[in-house]
Amino acid sequence: MTNIPIGSDPQSPNTEGRQVALTGDVPELAAARPQRVDVWRRFKRNRLAVAGLIFIVFICLVAVFADVIAPYGYAERPGGTAGAFRAQPSSDFWFGTDTIGRDMFSRIVYGARVSLKIGLAATSIALFIGLVLGAVAGFFGGKIETLIMRITDIFLAIPYIVLAVAVAAVFGRSENAIILVLGLTGWLGVARIVRSSFLSLKQLEYVEAATALGFGRARIMFRHILPNALQPIIVYGTIAIGTTILSEAALSFLGVGPQDPTPAWGLMVAQGKGDLANAAHLVFFPGAAVGLTVLSFVLVGDGLRDALDPRLK
Amino acid sequence: MSRRRILHEQKTDGPLLEIRNLRAHFDTDDGVVQAVDDVSFEIHRGEVFSVVGESGSGKSVTAMSILGLIPTLKVASGEILWKGENLLEFSDEDMGAIRGNEIAMIFQDPLTALNPVHTVGRQVGEMARIHEGINKKQAMARAVEMLDLVGIPEPHKRAHQYPHEFSGGMRQRAMIAMAVTCKPDLLIADEPTTALDVTVQAQVLEALVAIKDEIDSAIMLITHDLGVVAGLSDKVMVMYAGRQAEVGTVDEVFYETRHPYTLGLLGSIPRLEQEEGAPLIPIPGSPPSLINRPSGCPFHPRCAFREVPGRCDQEVPALRPVGITEHTAACHFAETLAGVTLDDLRARIDQSELDADADVELVEEPQP
Repeated sequence: MTNIPIGSDPQSPNTEGRQVALTGDVPELAAARPQRVDVWRRFKRNRLAVAGLIFIVFICLVAVFADVIAPYGYAERPGGTAGAFRAQPSSDFWFGTDTIGRDMFSRIVYGARVSLKIGLAATSIALFIGLVLGAVAGFFGGKIETLIMRITDIFLAIPYIVLAVAVAAVFGRSENAIILVLGLTGWLGVARIVRSSFLSLKQLEYVEAATALGFGRARIMFRHILPNALQPIIVYGTIAIGTTILSEAALSFLGVGPQDPTPAWGLMVAQGKGDLANAAHLVFFPGAAVGLTVLSFVLVGDGLRDALDPRLK
Repeated sequence: MSRRRILHEQKTDGPLLEIRNLRAHFDTDDGVVQAVDDVSFEIHRGEVFSVVGESGSGKSVTAMSILGLIPTLKVASGEILWKGENLLEFSDEDMGAIRGNEIAMIFQDPLTALNPVHTVGRQVGEMARIHEGINKKQAMARAVEMLDLVGIPEPHKRAHQYPHEFSGGMRQRAMIAMAVTCKPDLLIADEPTTALDVTVQAQVLEALVAIKDEIDSAIMLITHDLGVVAGLSDKVMVMYAGRQAEVGTVDEVFYETRHPYTLGLLGSIPRLEQEEGAPLIPIPGSPPSLINRPSGCPFHPRCAFREVPGRCDQEVPALRPVGITEHTAACHFAETLAGVTLDDLRARIDQSELDADADVELVEEPQP
């Protein structure tokens, strides 16, 4: 869907190969670089965004290779019932141990999986719903638009925490339930952005030209207008992953998220909050993990906004 | 999902397109804009049919109404007969099969009419994909073939480039390639050269006409440029304030002009044969508002040959034959214009009390 690789090296061999081909065969066109090269060049200038990107790549790697990195399982109690409870960070337990003696470092490593999975899945659902509804509303206008935008208003009026508690009560507390809740409440902003993009883009002449040449409506909407509306959506989506992870942590903290022993960062903070005075590491490490991850996504989103829109410079 | 359907073969040798008494208007907050008023004409296969007139004279709206491209335009009466069938009665889906396939359109500004995010080859090929249901690879091959046909050098490389990598003339050629991919019977070109550099205008027009002969279609050419009309057209229709002023062959309209407006248009372009230093003859005033049109002949406030008060400001002149052929004009005094030269027009304008600001309002051209 996007031609901007997020969380991977944008100067992929593919891009390089294309440039070589251009400069090799058509020398006079060497100046016409693919757009993604320009975007990457502008993105690189933003140090904070690059730092955020590096951290996101790091977290992704941690999540993927959690089995290799973590010294213990996330539910494992290394010392058994006689193990170290609430142990301070040491060379044995880098981030200490929790109230029932589990290794905090291992739990946080595995927690990256939970957070990223929920963040990505919920954001994907939100983007999908928002894209479709926003596109339909902006393209067709009239009664359909009014209906969709009023539905959006109704959803805006429902606090997601209340909805989450309700869903948790009905379907039980699980990762999937939280993904559903965050996905179903996160599409409002996307729908509004997409709708306003479509409203302006559908006026353009190439859309009229596409109609005049007999292209169908669905094709015009998704093949001709949508790619032109992607830039704000990419930015919004990146930041949304961060805020979704934050919401997930908040819901887990409140106890309507995944259940113990699932290593959700927010849940770990909740479990450690009673021992803040004597075992601050129980709150500090998972809290820092959430904070840094969310901050990284927001920084990258900001960097992408500047990089994708040359007019801001 | 081929949408290629032969909806109807042409049954007779009748006209490809026949518009009968078309009246269409826009409802705006300021009132009813009568954009097309009682327009009738025919276009035959192989013909180049030009439509000229000032901005806001209804040229584009007439053309766009054929394809049903302006949702806010309300057609009050009349018929648009395409190969004998009334397009106004077609469903949206049926129109989709006509658009691009049988009637294609070339837009004024090729930069905005091409999608910036897709390669040119993909856009040209897309025409064939949706109308003929061929696959991506075949479509790209077809696109390269079409780009070659319209005279784009190195088409196989150009097809993989984006519109911003093309020059203006190249873009317009690409737009033409796109329009003719499905070999339409009628090409509607809405000021195809207005956005182009003068030096490439002629090339693009040549490409357009060459293509027309190649695929045996007709062209409806909408333009301001009387030079283009004289060089390319078989027939000319002059429009003013949504009405037809004069229709005929190029020779008839240009050399046996029977309408003061046409005469005015001819007088306002520079000519090689005119005396050196001789000023152009402007048409006084500006086009009327299509909401509050002048009474009688819509052109009478600006006309050098008017008789006011009299028939000109009371009676709307009908389009009527003014020669032995199909030459028609809508002027009460068409016959008296026989033999009138541009010098006569100049003399008349010099001595008349026509005031440039008289009785005219700025035209609000309805935006489709």
